Amino acid sequence: MKPYNNKAWWLVLPVFVLVAFSAIIPMMTVVNYSVQDIFDPSTRYFVGTEWYREILSDPRLHDSLVRQFIYSFCVLAIEIPLGIIVALSMPRRGLGVPVSLILLALPLLVPWNVVGTIWQIIGREDIGLYGSLLNGLGIDYNYASSPRDAWITVLIMDVWHWTSLVALLCYSGLRSIPDVYYQAARIDRASAWAVFRYIQLPKLKNVLLIAVMLRFMDSFMIYTEPFVLTGGGPGTATTFLSQTLTQMALGQFDLGRAAAFSLIYFLIILLVTWVFYTAMTHNDDKG
Amino acid sequence: MSLQLENVTLKVRGETYIDEANLQLDSGSFNVLLGHTLAGKTTLMRLMAGLDTPSRGRVWLGGRDMTDVPVRQRNVSMVYQQFINYPTLTVFDNIASPLKQAKVARAEIQRRVEETAHMLGIDHLLGRYPQALSGGQQQRTAMARALVKDADLVLFDEPLVNLDYKLRESLRVEMRKLFASRDTVAVYATTEPAEALALGGTTVLLKEGRIVQSGPSGEVYRQPCNMEAASLFGEPPINLLAAEIAGGECRIGRQRLPLPAAWQHLEEGHYRLGVRPHHVSLAPLATGETLCLPVQVRVAEIGGSETFLHMTHDEIDLVAHLGGIHELAVDQALEIHLPCAEMFVFEPDGELLLSPAFPATAACA
Amino acid sequence: MAEIRLAQLAHSYQDNPSAPEDYALRRMEHVWEQGGAYALLGPSGCGKSTLLNIMSGLLAPSEGEVLFDGKAVNALSPQQRNIAQVFQFPVVYDTMTVFDNLAFPLRNQGKPKATVEARVREVAAALEIEPLLARKARNLTADEKQKVSMGRGLVRDDVAAILFDEPLTVIDPQLKWRLRRKLKEIHQRFNVTMVYVTHDQLEAATFADKIAVMYGGQIVQFGTPRELFETPRHTFVGYFIGSPGMNLLELEIVAGRAHCHGIELALPEAWHARLAAQEGARLQLGIRPEFVELVPADEATLTGRVDLIQDQGSFKIVDVALTADPTQLVKVRVDEYTSLAEETLGLHLPEAWMRFYANDLLLEISDEAV
Repeated sequence: MKPYNNKAWWLVLPVFVLVAFSAIIPMMTVVNYSVQDIFDPSTRYFVGTEWYREILSDPRLHDSLVRQFIYSFCVLAIEIPLGIIVALSMPRRGLGVPVSLILLALPLLVPWNVVGTIWQIIGREDIGLYGSLLNGLGIDYNYASSPRDAWITVLIMDVWHWTSLVALLCYSGLRSIPDVYYQAARIDRASAWAVFRYIQLPKLKNVLLIAVMLRFMDSFMIYTEPFVLTGGGPGTATTFLSQTLTQMALGQFDLGRAAAFSLIYFLIILLVTWVFYTAMTHNDDKG
Repeated sequence: MSLQLENVTLKVRGETYIDEANLQLDSGSFNVLLGHTLAGKTTLMRLMAGLDTPSRGRVWLGGRDMTDVPVRQRNVSMVYQQFINYPTLTVFDNIASPLKQAKVARAEIQRRVEETAHMLGIDHLLGRYPQALSGGQQQRTAMARALVKDADLVLFDEPLVNLDYKLRESLRVEMRKLFASRDTVAVYATTEPAEALALGGTTVLLKEGRIVQSGPSGEVYRQPCNMEAASLFGEPPINLLAAEIAGGECRIGRQRLPLPAAWQHLEEGHYRLGVRPHHVSLAPLATGETLCLPVQVRVAEIGGSETFLHMTHDEIDLVAHLGGIHELAVDQALEIHLPCAEMFVFEPDGELLLSPAFPATAACA
Repeated sequence: MAEIRLAQLAHSYQDNPSAPEDYALRRMEHVWEQGGAYALLGPSGCGKSTLLNIMSGLLAPSEGEVLFDGKAVNALSPQQRNIAQVFQFPVVYDTMTVFDNLAFPLRNQGKPKATVEARVREVAAALEIEPLLARKARNLTADEKQKVSMGRGLVRDDVAAILFDEPLTVIDPQLKWRLRRKLKEIHQRFNVTMVYVTHDQLEAATFADKIAVMYGGQIVQFGTPRELFETPRHTFVGYFIGSPGMNLLELEIVAGRAHCHGIELALPEAWHARLAAQEGARLQLGIRPEFVELVPADEATLTGRVDLIQDQGSFKIVDVALTADPTQLVKVRVDEYTSLAEETLGLHLPEAWMRFYANDLLLEISDEAV
């Protein structure tokens, strides 16, 4: 292709500037911090990979990383199938469509910190709807004192907040399947499971890929809700990676270490996302 | 304005899409690109329009080198297989849109839109919206939009394929008439040989990105330059038989036939014989030499006034297009007669050696 | 295997249909016999797909009944009716191999493995897709996918009928030939009722033993391709069947005799009387382009001038503008060698091929009367 003129570059320029300021420059700053020991703006030493070595052997990171993986895994394992089930049971035409769409959109409109506050109240064992109900049933539930209960509450809160997103994505995917596929399946005497397995699921693959990646990245970076609900406790039961990082950077003002931590964190997300992506698309070209 | 392609080649990532296309399309001509799906018809049109730039070669329009001129600066219009109209504009505004873009005076727009709409028989629909129209009317609207601006080059990419068979028939005749009095270069892509013939003008045969043959449609049909061209241009496709001329005989498979007088001058060796389905006869012919072959009936497809008889001779598939209705049972054994005067003889590599002699075409055609 | 009877069937997509125009299908009685190869032919919007979907059970008719071998099946689903249907655009299960696609309907019925294997191989061989069996369906071309869709329709040997909804739309013309031939062979081999919906008359005529021509929600004629061609019972059939369609010329009655554009027709007395009796109705003379003969101008009463010649390769279509009314064109089909040098030509209309219509319906007369 021969360029006729270079005017088009000017149109792309704002995006370059935007990306530079929003991503590239901050990231480079972090890289810069991560290889130095900073005492004050004028006193800094180059320390090379020392922060990285220290972080990688830090038990705090190990603990919260394991906690984080278990948490993200649970989030995906619950929200993805649940979202698909919700999407499948949604009406395909009539008045039910806008009603169910609005109902599903509601949790998504609630700000993160408000979600935390809501569940702080709902989960209370004395006056909370959910907490008092469980205690009334004879189950000893207290998210403020029991690490297990706190952890489960954070998980339920996330499921409540984000399953709608998965459901909405799946619903849009299902809507794009032409009727003729269902007709063909009826004629082929396919069971409901076969319809799901061979028509709906393959057609949902692309939206599921997006849903899985979004939910993984989001849950892996969860911060606000547990921070509001439990402040990371009791103990460190709900202290996830981002909170560990914040404690390090702000609480202890350990900028170099926090920068190295950030980069490792970033690489983990990138790697896992890439693994998901390849795993879900790899058999496209086969056959 | 005439359009000229000079060694136009398009390669994308090492794959050749168009291979050395050379074409001269005259001003006022109607040109049909005929080829199977994926033969490169759309790609060639995109190169003509300037939507793509060739990797090699030049595109000339009216003597000017247009190879590097972007499509926006060319006076080109295109009609697609799908009916593409602006859904929020009325038929009038749809047709007027290219003129408005060109800042034509309002009175002039009014006049030209009405004239074009009248030509295409949609003048009573000008106030309607596209979704309120039938498929045929929508495609007429799209065609009117392409015709209204007097483009130098109008491209039709299988425009009738999504329409009813009957509608196609009448639009084909209309298209011929529409372009008869214009100095536009019209290019029309199709997969149907019958459509190429019905549209008249010039036919360009395409196969796998190569131009196999081009010329006046009737001539290309009657004088295909090789076996490829003969089998592309014909529906059902031409019957091809491997034959050997040796010892004063014509051998087809195990069949040994006396060598027809018309082929006495051919050297001994291998040839390929081509005979169009409508020249195959079940009854011996009163005049002229014939080759007689035993065949087995595979299936007889019966139309209203005609029969398509599919047969095999020694594992070779043959088809006859017969007038009248012939009800024949599967596996029935028959003899067919192939008139030598109507047969094509090809070299083993496919080059045409002999073709039937045709009388001069009609004086008033 | 079944005979399909449509009893007093009608369908409207509206809730309270009153006028005939409200019906997508007008009240009809019709029988598809067991083992026949039928086509349902008509322009888009004539109701043919509606009728097909009612037969397969994808759509419930608003009035009347569908009977399979005399048993009402209105309440039965497509599965229960045991119908196979092939759609206009290929429907394949993307993630399965071609083999699994073909085996799918059989496995859903719980057929034993050996039966599945044998049947799939047989159908794949018939459709010439054996080399594709191991491939993933998503990587096939459109026409290969359509063959797989067809294969799924053909693979069950116990179906009541196979319905095709314009199955060759996405197929190249050259391939259409082969596929149509395949379908016809398969029909002859498997002896199953097949109904084939299309708007292409050639496709219909070559596939079917009998064609139902639909127009405005009605079956206007049901007959062999030959009957439709030679004796259309409705002007629409004359127009729609044949390429180009039948020539239709307006007639008027002058002093009890039939005239065409001012020229009295050479007809037996009985016909003049029959036509004169219909005075007041719209009278038309229909004749196929294949049957009009071109003669020197001085040998015929009806004359015209050549307006356009379409060279179709194996034949030519000549448009002749009548001298009496140049806006009236008569199409004539002549062979590829005919050359037309004369300006003015005579048109001879053989009596045996003239058909007469009153308000679009065929007029008949008994042989004795002539």
